[in-house]
Amino acid sequence: MMEALLSALLALASPERLMYMALGVGIGYAIGVLPALGGLAGLSLVLPFIYGLDEVAALAMLVGLVAVAATADTFSSILMGIPGSSASQATILDGFPMARRGEAARALSASFIASMVGGIVGAVILTGAVLVARPLILALTTAELFMLAVLGLSMVGVLAGRSFAKGVVACGMGLALGTVGAAPATSEYRLDFGTIYLSDGLPLPVLVLGIFALPEIVDLARGGGTISQTAELGRGWFAGLRDTLRHWWLLVRSSAIGSVLGAIPGLGGSVTDWIVYGHAIQTEKNGQFGKGDVRGVIAVEASNNAREGGALVPTLFFGIPSSGTMAVFLGGMTLIGIEAGPQLVTNRLDLTYAIIWSLAIANVMGTGLCFLTSPLIARLTVIRFGLIAPFMVMVVCFGAFNTNRDLADLFLLLGIGALGLLMRRYGWPRPPFVVGFVLAQPMETYLYQALQFHGWSFLLRPGVLVIAGLILICVFLGIRQRQLAEAEDETPRAAETRRAQALFALVPVVLFAAVLADALRQSFLGGVFPGGLAAVMLLISLPLALQIGFARNPPGGLLHDAEVQPDPELGGFWTYLGWVAGLVALAALIGFFLANILFFLAFLHRAARCSWPMTLALTAIACGVLLVSAQVLVLDFPAGVLQAMVDLPWPLR
Amino acid sequence: MSIITPQGQTGRRDLLRLGAAGLVAAGTLPGRAARAQDFAGKTIEWIIPLQVGGGSDTWARFHLPFLSRHLPGHPTIVIRNITGGGGINGTNQFAARARPDGLTILGTTGSVQFPYLLGDPRVRYDYKAWAPVLAGPTGGVLYIRPELGVRSVADFAKLKAAQGLKYGSQGPTSLDIVPALAFEILGLDVQIVFGMQGRGPGRLAFERGETPIDYQTTSAFNAQVMPLVREGKAVPLFSWGALNAQGELVRDPNFPDLPHFAEFATAALGAPPSGPAWEAWRTLFVAGFAAQKFVVLPKETPAAILDTYRAAFARTLADPEYKEKRAAVIGEYDEVTGEACNRAYAAATNMSDTTRAWVRDWLLRRFNHRM
Repeated sequence: MMEALLSALLALASPERLMYMALGVGIGYAIGVLPALGGLAGLSLVLPFIYGLDEVAALAMLVGLVAVAATADTFSSILMGIPGSSASQATILDGFPMARRGEAARALSASFIASMVGGIVGAVILTGAVLVARPLILALTTAELFMLAVLGLSMVGVLAGRSFAKGVVACGMGLALGTVGAAPATSEYRLDFGTIYLSDGLPLPVLVLGIFALPEIVDLARGGGTISQTAELGRGWFAGLRDTLRHWWLLVRSSAIGSVLGAIPGLGGSVTDWIVYGHAIQTEKNGQFGKGDVRGVIAVEASNNAREGGALVPTLFFGIPSSGTMAVFLGGMTLIGIEAGPQLVTNRLDLTYAIIWSLAIANVMGTGLCFLTSPLIARLTVIRFGLIAPFMVMVVCFGAFNTNRDLADLFLLLGIGALGLLMRRYGWPRPPFVVGFVLAQPMETYLYQALQFHGWSFLLRPGVLVIAGLILICVFLGIRQRQLAEAEDETPRAAETRRAQALFALVPVVLFAAVLADALRQSFLGGVFPGGLAAVMLLISLPLALQIGFARNPPGGLLHDAEVQPDPELGGFWTYLGWVAGLVALAALIGFFLANILFFLAFLHRAARCSWPMTLALTAIACGVLLVSAQVLVLDFPAGVLQAMVDLPWPLR
Repeated sequence: MSIITPQGQTGRRDLLRLGAAGLVAAGTLPGRAARAQDFAGKTIEWIIPLQVGGGSDTWARFHLPFLSRHLPGHPTIVIRNITGGGGINGTNQFAARARPDGLTILGTTGSVQFPYLLGDPRVRYDYKAWAPVLAGPTGGVLYIRPELGVRSVADFAKLKAAQGLKYGSQGPTSLDIVPALAFEILGLDVQIVFGMQGRGPGRLAFERGETPIDYQTTSAFNAQVMPLVREGKAVPLFSWGALNAQGELVRDPNFPDLPHFAEFATAALGAPPSGPAWEAWRTLFVAGFAAQKFVVLPKETPAAILDTYRAAFARTLADPEYKEKRAAVIGEYDEVTGEACNRAYAAATNMSDTTRAWVRDWLLRRFNHRM
């Protein structure tokens, strides 16, 4: 084994192969920096070019790309509050508040170090996994997978924020929206309204961008000024390093959890994020999580790099990709003539170790690259936000559209954005919503399959009991943590907008009623999960809405209004979402590319009060960025009515 | 270092410059398909209606450099993945938008053929409106766990009597309808469990012991299941088979020692399989395996262009590099173009009304599934 390890390292050490790795790292970095595009987009980008490369060089490039995309996507999470990719959402909860406090440098440096350590831990665990992964993965049946999904769900307790009831209902909304599309047990279409778009279920990237990024953009635009409230970067580069060293034990734990969960096929990457974040909240003392606690950044960033190492386990040894990124990776391996599977370890141990080394080396390279460039990129936070806002809207729309490449992506983005804006304002926690959404499908599938395969006795399997024990510990830790959360201050205007809050509380009620009504039309197996869920949630959400509307002494945290002092000068609550809505509506008419030009001209000149030369220059830059991205991603922009009537050349097509 | 600039991204890049300069300089494209037989400087879009990294995508990306090499003028070819509805969405878009100019081609696969054959209401495409220029076969092997004590068709009685046979399926109208119909024909009592996200997780369920019966397509069988067979953890029973040049079902060239399904069924049942279930199995087997993948263009495309494509694929199939490298992606199957391709196309995209009605009724009876 040692021999194979060393010879793999020597094989990698040729200048040519290292250059290909560096190329992968460079592309991964570029894709990572661009918000909302993850490793998946990057890999699809290089796939056409790996043909004809030698095996080790091609693998080094692919691995390098995946490893670095997970580090560089931190930039947009921390600096702009836009999830860098749909599988790294939790970073924004603490990273972005730090940037706003003027601690962008500290947050970035902590996250890069954590990413690097996480990536290396992932590589080490992968090395060990070569020998033992197979029996371990095969020990996890559908029953244990279901319980792991429940474990993920139990994190809602600590992610709920001030009002536990609201957290549960938010999670229920996520679960309910997660059941849209084909039923796992029967392939019946639920709430698809006869459209192909909805029959595939709602796309996670769009949902995440809508729920987190749009509300932040709106909020920043209304605030005027810069992202960093102190208009400073902070000189925290060493502070971040110190933070990471001080919390080394959390770093190790998060990396280990990330790589182990990442290695489990069929759980989904984004669950890992939230489990690790929840774990940090449960176990760390005196946390200020959600308000800019550096430990939130460290834990999540360590785990999402470690996860990529873990995710390689089922991909390499079973030929089963555990994520979209890994599916492309597997396709790339096939193209260069390597077949993943058990024989990869027995016959091609050298390649296996070359992959592992690439992972470790690329993580170091990528961290270096991120450090080198971050002082420059971090300057974004000290630029007047009016100038950045249209770019952020553009990249969020572009990222959303790149998932399904359907105009409906933009409408969904807008709808979820409005929901996210109101949830934020009225104190409905958004993380439980996302957790529910990502877990709906695995929960339903594995529950159904476990019952089919094992009957109810699946609950007595040893693995299930062990995970059940873990869940109890998490719930216990969560309850202890809750007492702290509930002791927080009231928002000043909480009582004034009570009627609006009660009306908004009816949104989940209506959603659950619709899901229940739809479920009743399905066959038993197709409707039992969403129907049962919606029925239970109706029993919780309806009284909650009534309590918000009418309770004489509402419990703490129930009433909430984050709208502090509306300043009519800076625009009303809906103004900036209106701008986005205008862009989307215009895109539906004349196509996204043209609509985006008009949006830039109008926004920069009217809302940001730029001079015409400035407006035109920024608009031209935006067009250039869009064209280049669309060109390399082989993408047509969303088409509108105009394109349906007139045949236009690319990019107007 | 030329890997980041594939030869001739020119078509789009010129447009890019054009766009940067004028943005709205519309309508100045050079005449489309002015010279049908020469694609120099053109960009061809190859639509794959499924995910990047999936089987169809990998197949197309494998073919791409060869096609570019053998088409006159060496055009740039880009793969455009338009996903949704398990392949229906992208195929619908191709049907609605592709012009007969040879610059847009579609790669279809079994999971695009099935909804068409079964009359899925979301389908807005018609295979009769297209002309095929390449057909690619694959195959599959059904295997079981050794604990069942069944080594071959001689032990069929034991298999039939086995309790708790389960199969992990991707859905009632997915490619997994082929094994489901095979169980029906053999009269096996197999509980079909849906919700598998692909054949990989189905195989994982087999390896974990949750399902004692499973199948994999040829490449996955060779890479993932053969090691299990060698360790004595899986027993292959039969392959689906393959079609010969006359369109008859014969043994799969990759598995000459395994009986094909009809052989197995004949030995098991004492007579060759027949009836509507067999008809349905045969059509869906052809559409899902024996002639799984096609490259098609709109039928109105000028014959000169179609022949150019056919010649290019014929040259690909004879290319020594193609032959050397195809094993990992295609397996030891002979892809075909020309007449053989047309025959395969006809067999894979036609289902009699009675058979269709029978399948729809069977889906309803067996799985309570309504199309």
